[in-house]
Amino acid sequence: MSKNLQTTVKGICQSCGNDRGRMMDIVRAVQEQFGCVSNEALDLIASQVNCHRVEVESVVSFYAFLSTRPKGQVVIRLCDDIIDRFNGLEPVAETFQKELGINFGQTTSDGKITLEKTPCIGMCDQAPACMVNDEIVTYLSTDKAKEIVTGLKKDLNVKKLVHKYGDGNNANDLVKSMVHNNVRQKGEVIFGDHIAEEGLKKALAMTPQEVIRDMKTARLRGRGGAGFPTGMKWEFTRAADATGKKRYVVCNADEGEPGTFKDRVLLTEKADMLFEGMTIGGYAIGAEAGILYLRAEYAYLRAFLEDALNKRRKNNLLGNNILGKAGFNFDIRIQMGAGAYICGEETSLLSSCEGLRGDPKNRPPFPAQQGYLAAPTTVNNVETFCCASRIMEKGAGWFASLGSKGSPGTKLLSVSGDCHNPGVYEVPFGIKLSDLLNMVGANGAQAVQVGGPSGSMVGPSDYGRTICYDDLATGGSIMVFGPERNILEIVDYFMDFFIEESCGYCTPCRVGNVLLKQKLEDIMHGRGEPSDLTYLENLGQTVKIASRCGLGQTSPNPILTTLKNFRGLYEALVKQGEPGMLPTFNLEEAVTQAAHIAGHGPMKHH
Amino acid sequence: MAKPKVATTSLAGCFGCHMSILDIDERILKLVELIEFNKSPIDDIKVFTERCAIGLIEGGCANEENVRVLQDFRRNCDILISVGECAICGGIPAMRNMIPLKECLDEAYLNGPTVYNPSGKIPDDKEIPLLLNKVYPAHEVVKIDYHLQGCPPPADTIWEALVALLTDKPVALPYELIKYD
Repeated sequence: MSKNLQTTVKGICQSCGNDRGRMMDIVRAVQEQFGCVSNEALDLIASQVNCHRVEVESVVSFYAFLSTRPKGQVVIRLCDDIIDRFNGLEPVAETFQKELGINFGQTTSDGKITLEKTPCIGMCDQAPACMVNDEIVTYLSTDKAKEIVTGLKKDLNVKKLVHKYGDGNNANDLVKSMVHNNVRQKGEVIFGDHIAEEGLKKALAMTPQEVIRDMKTARLRGRGGAGFPTGMKWEFTRAADATGKKRYVVCNADEGEPGTFKDRVLLTEKADMLFEGMTIGGYAIGAEAGILYLRAEYAYLRAFLEDALNKRRKNNLLGNNILGKAGFNFDIRIQMGAGAYICGEETSLLSSCEGLRGDPKNRPPFPAQQGYLAAPTTVNNVETFCCASRIMEKGAGWFASLGSKGSPGTKLLSVSGDCHNPGVYEVPFGIKLSDLLNMVGANGAQAVQVGGPSGSMVGPSDYGRTICYDDLATGGSIMVFGPERNILEIVDYFMDFFIEESCGYCTPCRVGNVLLKQKLEDIMHGRGEPSDLTYLENLGQTVKIASRCGLGQTSPNPILTTLKNFRGLYEALVKQGEPGMLPTFNLEEAVTQAAHIAGHGPMKHH
Repeated sequence: MAKPKVATTSLAGCFGCHMSILDIDERILKLVELIEFNKSPIDDIKVFTERCAIGLIEGGCANEENVRVLQDFRRNCDILISVGECAICGGIPAMRNMIPLKECLDEAYLNGPTVYNPSGKIPDDKEIPLLLNKVYPAHEVVKIDYHLQGCPPPADTIWEALVALLTDKPVALPYELIKYD
């Protein structure tokens, strides 16, 4: 066994060129082979790629899908998103535990099956869902959970769990997944009539500067959520000093914001449009290499995407002198993630691509100046690249004429929660929230979480507002909550999520979010007083201002936006006690152990 | 104008912080010109007789009596100051927080190597205040306005802080007074 480990690990490292920068690929491969990256494997990898053991261990310990202790041959990861919880996760979770005879975080005694929970896997429109190794199982029920366990006990081949394929490319031979696209509304940009590679051809007939100019004329802004002007980003990257280095194009397909799944649909149905957009980006900024950073939850799409890349290489859409354009060489590789929300933050994503823990980097320098391997890098969202490809094809003026004034184009929205038709909607920017709610069949919604946990929770008085960068901005996540839902329970869940996903690097985020959650729970349990609301606001602002990256800068939003939009819910729970006394301290509760030991209660007050 | 009143107490502490108060030496004469002590071990006044401007709290809360005294201080003082490590963090007494109370008492009264206890009983007289499940710092029981760090805080630190408060000036503690390494 040890000998086997030695040769296999050595082989894996060699296949990655013994390159420390490919650490993610190395540890992922070792994990896949042996169910863990054992202490012995850590040493072997370290000596093979010539780095310290702790450097390997810090990577393995960081990512949720990697472990130093052995996991079962099959790992069931049940999606623990709030949407899944509201869609009957609890009985499904209980069934899994009962049928397997283990709790979450445990492995069956025969070492075959491990049961875990994981945050949003991008299947909110078909919740509850789980991953069984890389396979996705959707629309879970207690019966289905039983069926999965029975099936796995007979045969650990997870492919056998899929009986009926989803629509479109989900049924492709290289995907064969039961996932559904649920595209409910097609718009002009992403799902409009499209002539493949027309955009790339037009771009290559222009100078790179002209391509960037078109992005600026189209006023394309980043679709991932932050909304930075794409043309400007490309211009900065092109202009940055790259002496002795290459420039890079990176596509952020680490779609981890809970409630977002539109990139999954794009990767399934519009992979070529995406790669075309990345190639246009590469041409515009002068890059020869591109990276698609694919979240581990979407590993089931990997073979399909690799195949799409290979076809492009065959058709001279990637490689040297692309489409006959002398001197334009560009290729794309896929970098797999390993389960970390923070890696959706662009500098963390670059750390991860470099084979490091997904820690954010200091800014400045911005990735456009010094990104991947300290070279000028442009990082864009999947949808942004698709838009870029369409802008080249149909013209900047066409794109700029769509949507609203400050937010041209369309936006893909991933709608989930308490509505009749959850799924992906392509709508023009500037759509009223009330119109969207009508469209998705969510009349009478109590609240809508726009932009995922890091966005805002709004109530009926805000349904007249519009979805665009200048009003309600979103990377695509729209979660609808009906009147029966407890808003503070949702907020509490979101804070749990951020505490779990914080990388722990900076104190405001690592500690501040815990303090926020503690105070929130005090309030929820009737131990709050009116001044606690001010405390939450002040602490929330501090965490936002003082945190190092986007995670901490947005993590107080669930509390801050509900304090603003649903203040009555908080006010109903707090009460003014005796001045100076802390409502969180209860003498009766504090002496329970001693009272039990002594056989009598606390002294009567003298 | 009457002199402002100051009260002090030692809860679950070792009286070290009170020793540090006395360490202001001859300045105690200046102090009594500035203030009058009310409830405090210094003058042995047992119950509050007047409202106080400042209450100095040494020690955290280990039992129900500590809690009652601390709450009494909060009701009777305008400003409460946690003085020293035990009031601020629980200190040495809080080392028991890692161990269930029953195990602590068993070790102290039944199983410890030097224990002589023929009755085999853990004291349970109703006059003995019940221990809390864990030791609390003062600010987890009542609102505390200021914290003076140290174990104990140096006499000069206490002096400077008190004088600044009593003369309504900003507390400017030089680095040497709050440096503990």
